[in-house]
Amino acid sequence: MRGGALWQLGQSLTRRLSHSHPHRSNKHRSFAAAAGELKKTVLHDFHVENGGKMVPFAGWSMPIQYKDSIMDSTINCRENGSLFDVSHMCGLSLMGKDCVPFLERLVIADVAGLKPGTGTLTVFTNERGGAIDDSVITKVSDDLIYLVVNAGCRDKDLAHIGSHMEAFKAKGGDVNWHIHDERSLLALQGPLAAPVLQHLTKDDLSKIYFGEFRKLDINGSHCFLTRTGYTGEDGFEISVPSENAVDLAKAILEKSEGKVRLTGLGARDSLRLEAALCLYGNDMEQHVTPIEAGLTWAIGKRRRVEGGFLGADVILKQLEEGPAVRRAGFFSSGPPPRGHSEILSSSGEKIGEVTSGGFSPCLKKNIAMGYVKTGYHKLGTEVKIVIRGKSNDGVVTKMPFVPTKYYKP
Amino acid sequence: MAFKLWASSAANALKISCNGARAPLLPAFSISRCFSSVLDGLKYSNSHEWVKHEGSVATVGITDHAQGHLGEVVFVELPESGTSVSKGAGFGAVESVKATSDVNSPISGEVIEVNTKLSETPGLINSSPYEDGWMIKVKPSRPAELDSLMGSKEYTKFCEEEDAHH
Repeated sequence: MRGGALWQLGQSLTRRLSHSHPHRSNKHRSFAAAAGELKKTVLHDFHVENGGKMVPFAGWSMPIQYKDSIMDSTINCRENGSLFDVSHMCGLSLMGKDCVPFLERLVIADVAGLKPGTGTLTVFTNERGGAIDDSVITKVSDDLIYLVVNAGCRDKDLAHIGSHMEAFKAKGGDVNWHIHDERSLLALQGPLAAPVLQHLTKDDLSKIYFGEFRKLDINGSHCFLTRTGYTGEDGFEISVPSENAVDLAKAILEKSEGKVRLTGLGARDSLRLEAALCLYGNDMEQHVTPIEAGLTWAIGKRRRVEGGFLGADVILKQLEEGPAVRRAGFFSSGPPPRGHSEILSSSGEKIGEVTSGGFSPCLKKNIAMGYVKTGYHKLGTEVKIVIRGKSNDGVVTKMPFVPTKYYKP
Repeated sequence: MAFKLWASSAANALKISCNGARAPLLPAFSISRCFSSVLDGLKYSNSHEWVKHEGSVATVGITDHAQGHLGEVVFVELPESGTSVSKGAGFGAVESVKATSDVNSPISGEVIEVNTKLSETPGLINSSPYEDGWMIKVKPSRPAELDSLMGSKEYTKFCEEEDAHH
């Protein structure tokens, strides 16, 4: 058994933080020292004023939760609504008449086939067909793409995109980028998201469906609005000029009469797990292909024929022959599975590993996602999940665990 | 007892998979929470377990301070009666929505009873950490170990100092 202090919440967060800087000594450091190195969003003080418990996350000081428990916060998002500060994520625009063919070299999506003003979840692949990052991309127009990448992947993503862009331009391609560091990003999610936001804009939100994008005036400032999110609920991500972000957050909370609540990373993780959405770094990594991750749907039909993205040979071959492992969802008894819990077949053979797991606040039972050998991914397959040396019963279950409520025509 | 993980979001940010390795403890919260109750007459360990010694029986649980930091407990893993436990070593685990943590025994001895109610109602640890949420009863093999534990005043101060550091 492990020793140590019971209450060191967020230890693994900080552990990972210290691991990500291997040149630093692993000495016990004070929060103040760690905080000094952390970036703050423009909403930082607002979070603290509202009881946010700030933790280091991807080099940022972010709220893990506020006054509500993670359980209550998760449920409130599905019953009413949540407001998340996701300004640590990196928004960028690709401009130029060749921005579509440029991006298609790097992602699996049929960007050319997207209608202007619509977007999709996609994956940036490497030469081996593995995932560099996942991202929501929007084709604003044929010469403008807006996308958001993970905070923790920002540096490697920008280096990757940047080096390919340089090569592309050297061959005469017309593409440039702008990184939206002047903007902040808020995610408004849940059944009250649309009615509350409608109070703050003249545009008719009922005309904007899941995956669609608009530039519009919200609460008096020029925003980029995407009807998307990371909770499985209907909702929006709002890119707002940073100087207007606190006012917008206050206006949203006020218009909801307290029903939409500030929500931290803890509940965000529960929500995305219930919606069976992959978390890059856990459920998707450099060596995992989109096919294995169950994101075959995100490979445009034309792309399946033509390829033309990094790792297409590997991915298209897997598409034809089927992958050796696949992402699957599980219910289980006993303690909640966590990342790296072993998955065994009913006869005791090791068939895979959990990549994300926990107790579902909405379903009130354990849920998990993990990768298992093909064949064992079929619904109803009985498995064992090993936690602290003990086998617990599990069963392959359909995903998402909690039905999604996207706003579709 | 160590929090193995709370939320996998961290890995997203940091591109590092959790391998379960031990790591230095770093504080997570910047605000202090000094509102938890500490009872007189109990003894406390620096890993936030309490022990109540009555006659030949020592009852063990986790403190109000600990449950407050953990959040809603959703699963409790306990040993079987007859198992021996030793001071400072883990005997079980408490799982909350965000974290897994091992629970250490503040005293050595033999487990003579476990709180079976916790398997149905793990939330007793939150609602009644010192009464209904007790975890195990131990027959101490070295009762003198109790002397090395903290009293209520000392433990209150310990929590305050620990929170202040964070």
